[in-house]
Amino acid sequence: MFFPISHTHVSPIYLVVVGFLIGVLGGFFGVGGSFIAGPALRLVGVDWNFAVGTDLAHIVGKSVVAAKRHRALGNVDLRLGLIMAIGTIAGAEMGAQLIQVLKRAGNVNFVVSVVSIVIYLSISTFMLWESWKTLARAKSRNAGSKSGPLPPKSDESAFQHVTTAIQRWRIPPMISLPASGVTISLWIILLVAFVGGLCSGFLGGGAGYIRMPSMVYVLGIPTHLAVGTDLFEIIISASYGTFTHAIKGNVDILIALVMNTGAAVGAQLGAISTQYFAGPKIRLAFVPLPLIGAAIVIYTMFSGHKL
Amino acid sequence: MSPRSKTAVRRTLRAFALELVIYAALVTGYFFAVLHFLGGWLVHLETQHIRVYAVVAILLIIGQAVVLEAVTTGLMRLLRGGRSE
Repeated sequence: MFFPISHTHVSPIYLVVVGFLIGVLGGFFGVGGSFIAGPALRLVGVDWNFAVGTDLAHIVGKSVVAAKRHRALGNVDLRLGLIMAIGTIAGAEMGAQLIQVLKRAGNVNFVVSVVSIVIYLSISTFMLWESWKTLARAKSRNAGSKSGPLPPKSDESAFQHVTTAIQRWRIPPMISLPASGVTISLWIILLVAFVGGLCSGFLGGGAGYIRMPSMVYVLGIPTHLAVGTDLFEIIISASYGTFTHAIKGNVDILIALVMNTGAAVGAQLGAISTQYFAGPKIRLAFVPLPLIGAAIVIYTMFSGHKL
Repeated sequence: MSPRSKTAVRRTLRAFALELVIYAALVTGYFFAVLHFLGGWLVHLETQHIRVYAVVAILLIIGQAVVLEAVTTGLMRLLRGGRSE
């Protein structure tokens, strides 16, 4: 099928399948999936600028579907999502400015690659340690009791003591988030969102790989709510990103629309699946995602190919 | 996973497979009908009115997502006898 905006021939079946896979990941983990969608579009000959912009447009559509489903399941904290969107957009602008500074210095590719590898590996290692420890603790605690393994949708964390300490920082104004069962300083929410946005602007994509874990470990949001709220927040920040890329001529909306037909089914499947897993299990399953991102960056660094 | 959860997952997957078949037929029709007619207009917007194109692009992707979500939820509910999950 010929897509006249980006002047590329791509199989619509390929786009639907890629959209479906990213939809499942997005619905289950609350991530945009740009670290897969971007390279997948490049693989079939879509120019890099179109791959980045089109991927963002597709993320908007997929996140609408997944967030609607999560909202129906009670997994979206609207107030938190709206506050985070402000911090994310500010951070994304700062990240984009940093890229411009590095471009002028002439070492943007190397710095961005090294920073992204460090961030991806750190997130994976930390989440592996935390979720493993949480599951092991729950297992040993339940060994002598009748309660059995962690029930679906339950949540606990071996990092909870740090989260509780952060929640005690009473820097006004304090924001009450009844949907998440948390009261926390507005500045901490904005800081978490800003860092997520910074990573998004600096490293590309929606940065759900850093925002979702930050919401769980720093803000103390239950994993299921973090996934749903992150998706809601991605709708706003990715729409903003889509607009800025579209006016630069980087979005082939026809490709995004085709991808979204697969993503709509995948995102629903992913979102529904979260109901059958406890929070630590979702976090443990999340561990390979940043590793895939790191592997792609390492490959492009050493092979010289831009996937 | 408890036996009850396993049964629920099995039921969801079965409904999902059936939904996929119906959905594929709908999407194929959608490709030929809607995208074919929109293509020329969107290319014109992209080359002549880039800001309008940017707004239309966001509205289209959100609109399509809302419609597709309604279609998939409706199909799921239909196939599973009134329950969406």
